[in-house]
Amino acid sequence: MNYLPQILFAIILIAGIGFFAKNVLRLRRNINLGKDVDVSDNKPQRWKNMAKIALGQTKMVVRPIAGFLHIIVYIGFVIINIEVLEIIIDGLFGTHRIGLKVLNTSIYGFLIGSFEVLAVLVLVAVIVFWIRRNIIKIKRFLSKEMTGWPKNDGNIILYFEVVLMCLFLVMNATDVQFQELESGNVISQYLAPLFSGLSKSTLPLIERSAWWLHIIGILIFLNYLYYSKHLHILLAFPNTFYGKLIPQGQFKNNDAVTQEVKLMMDPNADPFAAPAEDAPDPEKFGASDVTDLSWVQLLNSYTCTECGRCTSECPANQTGKKLSPRKIMMDTRDRLEEVGKNIEANKGTFVDDGKQLLGDYISHEELWACTSCNACVQACPVSIDPLSIIMDMRQYLVMEQSAAPSDLNNMMGNIENNGAPWPFNQMDRLNWAEES
Amino acid sequence: MENTLRVPTMAELFAAGKQPEVLFWVGCAGSFDDRAKKITKAFVKILNKANVSFAVLGTEESCSGDPAKRSGNEFLFQMQAVTNIEVMNAYEVKKVVTACPHCFNTLKNEYPGLGGNYEVVHHTQFLKQLLSEGRITMEGGQYKGKRITFHDPCYLGRANGVYEAPRELIQKLDAELVEMKSCKTRGLCCGAGGAQMFKEPEKGDKDINIERTEQALETKPEIIAAGCPFCNTMMTDGVKNKEKEASVAVMDIAELIATAEDL
Repeated sequence: MNYLPQILFAIILIAGIGFFAKNVLRLRRNINLGKDVDVSDNKPQRWKNMAKIALGQTKMVVRPIAGFLHIIVYIGFVIINIEVLEIIIDGLFGTHRIGLKVLNTSIYGFLIGSFEVLAVLVLVAVIVFWIRRNIIKIKRFLSKEMTGWPKNDGNIILYFEVVLMCLFLVMNATDVQFQELESGNVISQYLAPLFSGLSKSTLPLIERSAWWLHIIGILIFLNYLYYSKHLHILLAFPNTFYGKLIPQGQFKNNDAVTQEVKLMMDPNADPFAAPAEDAPDPEKFGASDVTDLSWVQLLNSYTCTECGRCTSECPANQTGKKLSPRKIMMDTRDRLEEVGKNIEANKGTFVDDGKQLLGDYISHEELWACTSCNACVQACPVSIDPLSIIMDMRQYLVMEQSAAPSDLNNMMGNIENNGAPWPFNQMDRLNWAEES
Repeated sequence: MENTLRVPTMAELFAAGKQPEVLFWVGCAGSFDDRAKKITKAFVKILNKANVSFAVLGTEESCSGDPAKRSGNEFLFQMQAVTNIEVMNAYEVKKVVTACPHCFNTLKNEYPGLGGNYEVVHHTQFLKQLLSEGRITMEGGQYKGKRITFHDPCYLGRANGVYEAPRELIQKLDAELVEMKSCKTRGLCCGAGGAQMFKEPEKGDKDINIERTEQALETKPEIIAAGCPFCNTMMTDGVKNKEKEASVAVMDIAELIATAEDL
């Protein structure tokens, strides 16, 4: 017996999975560059959110057309991948359609038949997606941040899916033994005649090629994930699990500031006390770079698949301002990747590159255009919170750099002086009750 | 009708050894802004009519800190919060009602972590409760059949999931509630949140309040109802910009009810 194909298969499989595993570790390291944050609370609710939002796709269907098509691709992706199990077993053990040996023909036929139907549905959905992006030119796919790589990335993923689905169908159509079963070839029976003119020796060659290209294609796709926006197929699950549980309007209170405020309000505190010798450096307020963000915010950035629902719901973006919540997430990821590569190039430590997220990626103008309305947070189908990053960066601008727009400085001055954002005397606060 | 409002302060009641049922948190806009003061007074008229035992902090109230926090000044926010909490805790406040969704959100969500634990309700929730308890009655009267569209304040709707209370009140007025194309969870901001109220907008094609006003006017309303003093200002400006102020009024839910009751 010739073991060469099996050995080759094992090598390709191990290489494909190994390379992917390496990128998973890289991903983990980068996400862990974020600050620790306690998300161990309310596990039942977190599981529920993951089941509903990621598994159940509840937020996708807010936009019915895209949502429905996405569900087809999602179900197709998950279910057709059962077929990969068979391919792997066949590849490693030199069997052919091992499923036929362990299942009876009608069950096997039912499974493959449903894969074939799904494959066609996925093809249709993917083609509609391509038309939406490239012909109808739906606005949210055309924003400034969606030129160059992000635009190509979106299309490459669609081409991948088309090729994989076609290979799957061709593989079935050219499998004489499978076609003769007359079970499960619901779609491929109509493709089989296309190959009927070919010789008995060419047909298996095409079948084998499609089989090999299908599995190699899947492994390439798996490894493409890390370099593309498509990581959401994996990260949507942890991301919805760790998503915000408190009301959307509740922004976290900065504990370091609370300590300061408590000290100020404590009549027994010694105002002249020097900090203890071993006291750590005071914490930086807010965020100017990715390492100031929490690991959940960094996970958010890798989970973003650049669908742009956030940006299309953003009131600032709708009225032509520079702010785009999607760009906030894309910038965060790009900068995080840059920091990660810096760490790799410098043997595990980050060497200052004179750049940061604020300024080099995200401008002050974008940050100040936000109305904190939570439309982006609400719109995200996978529980990403761009608003929290905007707010952390504003906090840095104001508390570390005093770089607020002058109008806001006036407003804050008024609150400090007279307890209202306008210059009215606090003693006049009840005057309305006397006015007719 | 006699226009004198009965507005007891916490200090007065406390001195008399009394504790009101609820603290009415007026907020800066409700205290100082000429337009918002009318909302404040309308709400007090309803409270007076229903004989609700309430009080205000008056000169002891200070900015909740919302615009400071959303501008990024966490320190100023927490100073404001802690000061307000000290005052409210000293008066043993249990329940707070406010007509400002920004104060509502801040007091309800961000004060507990700093030691201020109160039951906080928006005035539309409070009014709905008064209604269901039979403490106020509402007859649509002059609003019967009028087209009213409700603009969801971000900090009431998305931020805290309150969508129904204001709508139920509008329906109780026998008015025809018409929805804008973006409403409830997908409601479009008026443009004032996140401290935008206090600064010029960034460069763009259009102001956000104009966009939102256009959405509201598409419903051909006679009244744009709001539940937030800042939304009210933004929408009023938008209606003026569109030169529709003669035919479209921007009113708070409390004003609608007070007017319907001839208060």
